[in-house]
Amino acid sequence: MKKCVMSLLAVMAVAGTAASAETLRWSSSGDALTFDPHSEVDASTRAINGIMYERLISRDVALNLIGGLATSWEPVEGENAWLLKLREGVKFHEGQDFTAEDVVFSINRTQAPTSAYIKLMSSIETVEVINDYEVKLVTKDPNPILPAQLTSIMIMDSDWSEENGVVEPQNFQTKEETYAVRHANGTGPFKLVSRAPDEQTIMARNEDWWGWGDHPGNIDTLEFRPIANAATRVASLLSGELDFVLDPPLQDIKRIDGAEGLEIQTVPEVRTIFFGMKQSPEPLKSSNVKDKNPFADVRVRLAVNHALDLKAIQRVVMDGNSFPTGMLTSPNVLGSTPELDAPYGFDPEKSKELMAEAGYADGFSVQLDCPNDRYLNDEKICQAAVSMLARIGIDVTLEATPKNIHFTKVNDKDTDFFLIGWGVPTLDSQYPMEYLLDVGGRANAAEYNNPEVNAKIAQISKEMDPETRLNLIHDVWEIARADAPYAPVHHQVISWAMVSDLDLPIAADNTPRFEFAVKNAN
Amino acid sequence: MRYLFGRLMQVGLVMIVVSFVSFSMFNFVGDPLSSLLPEDATAADADRMRDALGLNDSVMTQYGRFMANAVQGNFGISYRLKQPVTELIASRLPATLELVAVSAVIAIVVGVTAGVFCGIRPKSWASKTILSSSLAGVSLPTFVMGIALIYIFAVTLKWLPSSGRGGTVDLGVWKTSLLTVDGWRSILLPAITLSLFQTTMILRLVRAEMLEVMRADYIKFARARGLTDRAINFGHALRNTLVPVTTVIGMNIGGLIAFSVITETVFQWPGTGLMFIQAVGFVDIPVMAAYLLFVAGLFVLISLTVDLLYFLIDPRIRLS
Amino acid sequence: MIDTEKTSRLSRFLDNDMVWSFTHSPMAMAAGIATLLFFCAALFAPIIAPFNPFDPAQVMLWDGKLPPAWADGGLPQYILGTDDQGRDLLSTMLYGGRLSILVGLAAVLLGMVLGTTLGVISGFAGGLTDVIIMRIADVQLTIPGILTAIMINGFGRAFLPIEYHNQFAIYFVIIAIGLSDWPQFARVTRGATMVERNKEYVQAARVIGLPNWLIILRHVLPNVMRSVIVLSTLSFAIAIISEATLSFLGQGIPSTTPSLGTLIRVGNEYLFSGLWWIAFFPSLTLVLLVFSVNLLGDKLRDILDPKLR
Repeated sequence: MKKCVMSLLAVMAVAGTAASAETLRWSSSGDALTFDPHSEVDASTRAINGIMYERLISRDVALNLIGGLATSWEPVEGENAWLLKLREGVKFHEGQDFTAEDVVFSINRTQAPTSAYIKLMSSIETVEVINDYEVKLVTKDPNPILPAQLTSIMIMDSDWSEENGVVEPQNFQTKEETYAVRHANGTGPFKLVSRAPDEQTIMARNEDWWGWGDHPGNIDTLEFRPIANAATRVASLLSGELDFVLDPPLQDIKRIDGAEGLEIQTVPEVRTIFFGMKQSPEPLKSSNVKDKNPFADVRVRLAVNHALDLKAIQRVVMDGNSFPTGMLTSPNVLGSTPELDAPYGFDPEKSKELMAEAGYADGFSVQLDCPNDRYLNDEKICQAAVSMLARIGIDVTLEATPKNIHFTKVNDKDTDFFLIGWGVPTLDSQYPMEYLLDVGGRANAAEYNNPEVNAKIAQISKEMDPETRLNLIHDVWEIARADAPYAPVHHQVISWAMVSDLDLPIAADNTPRFEFAVKNAN
Repeated sequence: MRYLFGRLMQVGLVMIVVSFVSFSMFNFVGDPLSSLLPEDATAADADRMRDALGLNDSVMTQYGRFMANAVQGNFGISYRLKQPVTELIASRLPATLELVAVSAVIAIVVGVTAGVFCGIRPKSWASKTILSSSLAGVSLPTFVMGIALIYIFAVTLKWLPSSGRGGTVDLGVWKTSLLTVDGWRSILLPAITLSLFQTTMILRLVRAEMLEVMRADYIKFARARGLTDRAINFGHALRNTLVPVTTVIGMNIGGLIAFSVITETVFQWPGTGLMFIQAVGFVDIPVMAAYLLFVAGLFVLISLTVDLLYFLIDPRIRLS
Repeated sequence: MIDTEKTSRLSRFLDNDMVWSFTHSPMAMAAGIATLLFFCAALFAPIIAPFNPFDPAQVMLWDGKLPPAWADGGLPQYILGTDDQGRDLLSTMLYGGRLSILVGLAAVLLGMVLGTTLGVISGFAGGLTDVIIMRIADVQLTIPGILTAIMINGFGRAFLPIEYHNQFAIYFVIIAIGLSDWPQFARVTRGATMVERNKEYVQAARVIGLPNWLIILRHVLPNVMRSVIVLSTLSFAIAIISEATLSFLGQGIPSTTPSLGTLIRVGNEYLFSGLWWIAFFPSLTLVLLVFSVNLLGDKLRDILDPKLR
């Protein structure tokens, strides 16, 4: 009996001190939905998979393109193709060698019907193996932004995928969980140790990672514990249970920054939040105006823009942590200018005049669809907009739903008035334009359709001359500003909260780069 | 025996009703396709999936299939987490059961001690204070209690963690947090929160029983025989209150499981309750349906056990 | 035996000697007055409240997150401060308390009508009807009310497309809570009905050919009414907690028209950033409200229905 107690105590002692200096405990609101790197585009999934899996081309902290599994890339003269040289001597976590085969396999995998990156990779015609460490990506048309697009694509091992039956991304028709959902075999700086979804995921340093020579990271173990409730997340940080919180709630930032041993890092994010208004001619299904669509009138859309007091939203809802804007994409993105970025301006009187001119002096009613767990204070932004629009006579019913339901509505274009945010992984205007302004664009739930804009976007996607291309981009944004298909709110700011003795560089893509993380440096 | 048979029939009936309810959730609630299909699926894809999922079969065929799967412990895959629901529940169950067990111990120890004290000394100011605060305890919603404890002990005093299970030790099939100091520190606040309501209940019950027993003739005889207070209080009085108290405690384990849904949410305790609340938020129907069946099964099992215990403890029931 | 065991458990829980001291203490009176005040505040909220927080056009975002009037930075027109949207907290609490009380009343009414009807039918008819009704009640009683309410509410939500949730949230909550507490009523009224049924005057009324419904209305109901009133009061306290719990879990009243529970949920998000008042005042109100109703219930039982003790 005594012996038993002793050994129990020993277990307790060992487990109690297990949190050594090189363990980094971190949290965010959402867990990765799956470890399959090609079946979800969800931000949490990407951030967490990105610790274990690597891309051919990645971005440094300043978001410049840098070599990942590829060391160089250049367009092939006279062909619609890019030539990539691959890094040699790289091994996957389970020991397989990384070669050109794996690149071919991974890119093909992203083009499978169940892939979430099928649209992004649609420009690639074939992937040709030159030798073990050289591949040629042949595109259907000239594709100037292929290297930027490749920063989204993580590389899997072809043999491992075949052995485990995950040659295609998870497919729900089989009604079974695939091996890749809970197992990961990448080339990245950390490898998976254990996984309990929504509870805890533990990763360990991959000592064989090719990059340790020029990355200072000293973390041995990464413990990730998603905590959905924001207040609990902050409480856990304040009480010392966590070293790093990826998404501290805005209202707590001041307090965290003031707390001893904790600090906040901030950087403007490449993500813009805006309202969309359905402007197709048929009447809105949620409005009391049954014979026509009020949003089809540009004056109403401008009235909405002038009715939003963006400064009040910035100060009260966001606690100062945002940049009000009049544009759909952030200043870091190629094509943004200070003039385009300037807000439309808060002017309720002008809004009322515009409403009256459009024949809606008495207002109208409409339903606003809003996510409640996707963007910083998303539901609160919508609530604020409801009261601002009420003052110019628009009676808004707010429907706030979790993101999966909200985005089903947006993707089905089954919404009259909605809030979304758009990030730009390519840092190029073509990306938001294709999704938001082009007719038939996947997130163009506003059903904006301007033939001139459509034509120019098509030109932009093929134009290889940078200057001509940039002019076209500016043209499109100017037309869009006048047409006001959306009501921009602000660019988000990323804030990370961490203990003071942790060194972790913040980046505008909101992706923690743990290979740089240094804890207890002195 | 007839009584037992009746109870078993009743149990069977409950499970059939509940299973039909959870089956209908599966099949008629919303459109499972919209959650399953990729965002850019076509109508043909939808048709193919409808076929693959068997949504074109008759309702009875579908129910039969659902039951056959359920009996084998197969509830399909969570729409949100993309994992077999049964596995999810199994992996979350230890957390909930440990929380419930620790709460039950706290409730019993504190409730019985305080109850006995109030029963023996009903007139003392301490008893009156305990009783008055117990009514306040009933009026204090679980989540308010949880928030207050987090605010005081985790954020202000920084004595105890505010969320999660702390260190866990994997014992193969069971991941426990009761073998580490960290784990014990983590379980304290949620367990106290969860036990509050049951503690007041047990306290009041024990006190009432004690008062009643103390008035009984045999206690008076014992006193007349000159037995010590101690022998009377614990040897006779407490012993006689134990039968009703034990049964009530048995029934109340169910209450602990129910309120663990709230406690787990406040403390982000990774148990089945938190899983259920998240599933409701996401309309993750396979998880909701399975949890419904699982909880119903658990409750039925508990009430059956309690009935059996009663049956064994109290011979009068066997006669009636 | 199960029946008596459970009623006695209930009555023991809702114990007793303590009540005696309450009736002879100013506390009991205070409970009655406090409950009355809460009801008045709810009833006259639109008159008392300085603002209408449910009218979006009146909400000034610039005034958001202000502390109570006496604290640094507070404004005199916002006595208890404002919430994160710029709504006056006092007004929001008055309207929110009104919602909480309304939901509680409606839910209890639903549970009472349903439970009493079924209980009287069960007790009066006996036989198979009795067995079926009481078995269902038994089954439901094995599962605690709050869990039943969460289940029914979640189930209702799952059935209805999500875009209607906010619109119908309040009805879901009422139905869920109401359906979760009918068995209590059914049990008590059934017991009382059975006692009455066998009394001579009821037998006599039967002999002279009075129709059943008239007997129930004239003789049975008045006799069970006392127990029902007491039980309603206590159920009302539980219903208010249930509503607050559902709303706190984000499954109840939406934040555009917050109830007390919703306000606590929203306030909880700001608790650690120093905006303590958003969670504190609604929590205090909720606890006081439930406490007064509980006290009142105890006292009522003492006067109206000493048998339940």
